[in-house]
Amino acid sequence: MEITGAEIFVRCLEDEGVDCLFGYPGGAVLHIYDALYRQDKVKHFLVRHEQAATHAADGYARATGKPGVVLVTSGPGATNAVTGIATAHLDSIPLVVFTGQVPTSLIGNDAFQEVDSVGITRPCVKHNFLVKDIKDLATTIKKAFYVATTGRPGPVVVDIPKDVTAQRAEYHYPAEVSLRSYNPVVKGHIGQIRRAVKLMAQAKRPMLYTGGGVVLDNASEELTELTRLLNFPITETLMGLGAYPATDKQFVGMLGMHGTYEANLGMHNCDVLVAIGARFDDRVTGNIEKFCPTAKIIHIDIDPASISKNVKVDVPIVGSVRAVLKDMLKLVRGSSFKTDEAALAEWWKQIEEWRSMDCLKYDSSGPVIKPQMVVEKLYQVTNGEAFVTSDVGQHQMWAAQYYKFDQPRRWINSGGLGTMGFGMPAAMGVQLAYPDATVACITGEGSIQMNIQELSTLKQYGLPIKVITLNNGYLGMVRQWQEFFYDKRYAMSYMESLPDFVKLAESYGHAGIRVEKPSDVEGALKEAMSVRDRVVFMDFITDKEENVYPMIPAGAGQNEMILV
Amino acid sequence: MENEAGALSRVAGLFSARGYNIESLTVAPTIDPSLSRMTLVTSGTEQIIEQITKQLNKLVDIVRLQDMTEGEHLERELMLVKLRVSNHQEREEVKRFADIFRGRIIDVSDLSYTLELTGSSSKLDAFVGNLGNIQVMELVRSGVIGIARGDKILNL
Ligand SMILES: Cc1ncc(C[n+]2csc(CCOP(=O)(O)OP(=O)(O)O)c2C)c(N)n1
Repeated sequence: MEITGAEIFVRCLEDEGVDCLFGYPGGAVLHIYDALYRQDKVKHFLVRHEQAATHAADGYARATGKPGVVLVTSGPGATNAVTGIATAHLDSIPLVVFTGQVPTSLIGNDAFQEVDSVGITRPCVKHNFLVKDIKDLATTIKKAFYVATTGRPGPVVVDIPKDVTAQRAEYHYPAEVSLRSYNPVVKGHIGQIRRAVKLMAQAKRPMLYTGGGVVLDNASEELTELTRLLNFPITETLMGLGAYPATDKQFVGMLGMHGTYEANLGMHNCDVLVAIGARFDDRVTGNIEKFCPTAKIIHIDIDPASISKNVKVDVPIVGSVRAVLKDMLKLVRGSSFKTDEAALAEWWKQIEEWRSMDCLKYDSSGPVIKPQMVVEKLYQVTNGEAFVTSDVGQHQMWAAQYYKFDQPRRWINSGGLGTMGFGMPAAMGVQLAYPDATVACITGEGSIQMNIQELSTLKQYGLPIKVITLNNGYLGMVRQWQEFFYDKRYAMSYMESLPDFVKLAESYGHAGIRVEKPSDVEGALKEAMSVRDRVVFMDFITDKEENVYPMIPAGAGQNEMILV
Repeated sequence: MENEAGALSRVAGLFSARGYNIESLTVAPTIDPSLSRMTLVTSGTEQIIEQITKQLNKLVDIVRLQDMTEGEHLERELMLVKLRVSNHQEREEVKRFADIFRGRIIDVSDLSYTLELTGSSSKLDAFVGNLGNIQVMELVRSGVIGIARGDKILNL
């Protein structure tokens, strides 16, 4: 039986196992919305801005490991979605974004609400498609999910002209697709893996440096076992937090621009660096010329293009992190494998000495709330088990430094693109995926205003996230740079006319709490976290000019940290 | 690469987004009409070439990629050039040049000869560099295409 393109679309999502879809209607997708209306398998969540739809789908994907799915209309619907697509692209998050398009007969005519969505999104997607023929619709959707979720994951855009959604065809969803031009590798080269393991056995001052790839590939278990067997120190990037338990003593904290003293000095002084699912981002390496000057580097990554892109690598291993770690584990468990225990003991002594600097200490005895303390208390009150999303700025760094993630997929932030406005919609997606979990969005009064309209969506679907605003009255991270590098000329980093967030939250039907005294922080957090059925918007009035430490200024080496 | 709308712009977009340089680029369908063959000439350090290779391979539309300079290969470029020839002496001179460079005169008018030349890019450069007083009215080059020597082929 022939059905319409719109019906085919819905059937495809159903067969793909998509249980929720984030979107916003408009002319070009009305047939699809009509088809969605006439079924109840695929649930659609109506956001208040298309950017939020992409972030919500992204948050859902990061928390669950399943692809996030988005539906927006042509023109402004598509352009509004672009920031979220780029955000997912830089963090390799699997998304499938459907954009409506004007009818094929009008494409290229500057028709009403026409933009070249495929052209606009090309540089910020893994791949994209324009469906010109209804006969290709189902296969294209299958391909989109396949490409988005395999290899190094990423967002895929499918642009569907309106007439295609009205035409009729037989429905057939292929069980499998293959693309001759797309064959992601899985297994790593065993010879290379042996070389790497040999180098690891000889190491006197080794470091494990792991990133988002471990989380994306669900390789935490393998990583944890390997790290324990080796007794090597391990540091994680902003994207990698939670892959290895942060409360374990082999974990030396996050590295990079706002990483710990022990992690960055460990990197600088190591003789064998094992990079796993990490991509040597400039926020991690600092000045490339001064990066890990004495290290032989092993790099495991699914994406060959990530290897030797920024830093020349001695032992490249292309493959899925999980598969490669499994192979490594076999070798390391073998009887012939032995690390240099005496050298390791020396190395740990050195690391403990760095660690004893206690670079994350701060003074919370004053009368104003220290932002770090709010995060620490949140960690305690939630037993370290919350899903924490964040926006971008100082609060993001404090969240990463002070909330100790023992599990992967609990820390959800925009690392690569650094998108303010990500936190609350992402939290929405997480809460949808895990209705009973505690989901906290740590944000700033600047960032939260970039998608504040989503308070309305949260109300509509009864998603009881907890918003934790570290309100310093400044675009704090900008102010910090201006303090350090522009002689305190605070150009446009102070925001006047902030709303009364408590009243604002209340006007959307949520609860609001303002907290101004350090002694009230813990009680307020406990109270808020005990509320299970509604959003609590917490406005913490924090120290205005607190800075994020340690800090490696842009262009400096990893051993050139500003401590306080 | 896949012979599909948009494939070319993915390649061109990659080069501009990452700041790589395209010296020439040619593309046309192969005997398998679902595939196009593109020859692209670029330059850069070994590390940049390695990145270009990897980034191109990552594009979903690229089926197979080969760095021709890694092996023995043949390179050809086609040039069409319209030269001003206003007297007998100039006409004779151009014919002589055409002979030396194995070019062919493919069109004539009162004032001009149009020549076709094929060869390596440096041969075409040499031709243009040797024209002396002969005035070039218009010049079109196809960009380079290449193929491996011997039995080696680029297959799927
Ligand atoms: C969309 C977007 N615009 C601008 C920036 C640049 N930026 C980075 S951090 C920051 C300040 C964020 O301020 P706030 O949300 O109040 O957080 P704080 O740093 O004070 O914790 C800005 C403007 C950005 N990351 N994203």
